Amino acid sequence: MTWTPFASVAETLRALESGAVSSEEVTRAYLERIANLEGRVHAFLSVYPDEALAAARAADARRMAARRHPDETLPPLLGLPIAVKDVLAVRGMTLTCGSRILEGFVPPYTATAVQRLLDAGVIIVGKTNTDEFAMGSSTENSAYGPTHNPWDLSRVPGGSSGGSAAAVAARMVPVALGTDTGGSVRQPASYTGVSGLKPTYGRVSRYGLVAYGSSLDTVGVLAPAVADLVPFFTLMAGHDPRDATSMDLPVPAVDLTDAVEAVQGLRVGLPKEYFLAEGMQPEVVQAVQAAVRHLETLGAQVVEVSLPHTEYALPVYYIIAPSEASANLARYDGIRYGPRVGAARMWDVFYRTRGRLFGPEVKRRIMLGTYALSAGYYDAYYAQAQKVRTLLKRDFERAFEQVDLLAAPVAPSTAFKLGEKTEDPLAMYLEDVFTLPANLAGVPGLAFPVGFDEQGLPIGMQLMGPHFREDLLFRVAHAYQQTTDWHTRVPPVAR
Amino acid sequence: MLSREEVIHIAQLARLELTPEEIERYREQLSAVLDYFAKLAEVDTTGIPPTASVLPPRSVLRKDEPRPGLPREELLANAADTEDGQFKVPPVLE
Repeated sequence: MTWTPFASVAETLRALESGAVSSEEVTRAYLERIANLEGRVHAFLSVYPDEALAAARAADARRMAARRHPDETLPPLLGLPIAVKDVLAVRGMTLTCGSRILEGFVPPYTATAVQRLLDAGVIIVGKTNTDEFAMGSSTENSAYGPTHNPWDLSRVPGGSSGGSAAAVAARMVPVALGTDTGGSVRQPASYTGVSGLKPTYGRVSRYGLVAYGSSLDTVGVLAPAVADLVPFFTLMAGHDPRDATSMDLPVPAVDLTDAVEAVQGLRVGLPKEYFLAEGMQPEVVQAVQAAVRHLETLGAQVVEVSLPHTEYALPVYYIIAPSEASANLARYDGIRYGPRVGAARMWDVFYRTRGRLFGPEVKRRIMLGTYALSAGYYDAYYAQAQKVRTLLKRDFERAFEQVDLLAAPVAPSTAFKLGEKTEDPLAMYLEDVFTLPANLAGVPGLAFPVGFDEQGLPIGMQLMGPHFREDLLFRVAHAYQQTTDWHTRVPPVAR
Repeated sequence: MLSREEVIHIAQLARLELTPEEIERYREQLSAVLDYFAKLAEVDTTGIPPTASVLPPRSVLRKDEPRPGLPREELLANAADTEDGQFKVPPVLE
């Protein structure tokens, strides 16, 4: 067999196992792609070519040595290059969170989710761009400049995992890790025509993920095809004593064989509120409806359901997440890590370091959260938001009594122009209207491409399922991809 | 609409130094967002408990056993200023 550059994860692993290609050759091919496109896409905040090639040669040596010892089992992802969103700690690699306040910070430890993949043999080629502290929907809030959408360089890739999504879409890496607090894996996946998983809250350890909204944060993964995501999810998931919210539950193996047949008889719910939002792009509605009809032809039973509190998800999220952020980001004070803006007295160090090194959106959210938690406003904002969150969660519980999973658009429109929404925070927040509910309810969501609009921009659909049923989402989405080819399309810049 | 004084008060609580232009911009932007949030008041939440966790309740207690932490020099390596193995800060009081 031979290796086709930029093949799927499974094909690349098979080629590595057969000896048709070395990890060094694979890694070099991706590094060359990064060198060629990074100037236009800006998907990365740091790239480590020398370290990656050294790790690739070590992986090749290990594989060679194992040929002489046939009973030795090799790690499952040995020699496969990946990228990691720059909000996850990797020992020895800078961790900026897209912020000046962490410029030059090198963490002394590695996130559990990343460590499990390193143990499985992956090679980290670099850290990807993100909205500052994952706060944003376009990657324009990065202090280090925006990422450009590979499908149209004048447009945003979505956010906050826009660097990871663009890197995968442009085939600069086969797979990249992202995080999803309010849609930050699914929405950029949708804008760039790739597949992306937001797991159930508590499924993947958050240890080593820089905290934003701790009751909402999840570690996810992006790749062209759903099948590529599965081994990464399976390896990352599972209990970690270092994250008290990580659930001590078995992670079932995900069996994708006969996925198409398994769609027969599944009940797929269409939440009507997700098709009625103001200002929705008609092509998005049409593409999602066509994808659902496709599932119907595979044997699914499609029924309309209602999640009546959907319209409140946006205010609930933008109270709870900033409230949690205002506490989580209190630690950036110029004392223990990151640059310090000097002053004669300590209090002024705090004010100046935070005031000057946090970007506009981070300051906006810290202030929103501080306000919502402050004396006199707590009950009206934070306490009311947590009660409405209970109602949103119940909406999902009721829906999953009627159907096995839900199918809906990921975002109201396709990728917008750089600069189009930067002056209007509320317009930017409205991009998240369909992704926030899954985070607030803690349920898993899986986004994947289901078409393109007239301008050639990808359209995504998301499946949402009951807690801990990622396996179901994977099987149905894989069945869709087995019988369609949207996920195989590559943007012109990467052809 | 938030007053200028309210914005300054919030920024002080959050330890954020703001320029006069930022104060004015955040006054407008935060007011617009808070106006939008007002729609939450229309939801009847009588008798609805606040969400404490989206996960099933369970014990997360573990044995309190001492374990080694990260080496001191690694933890100090990222600090702007250190002395004698400790973080160094400017005077708190004069």
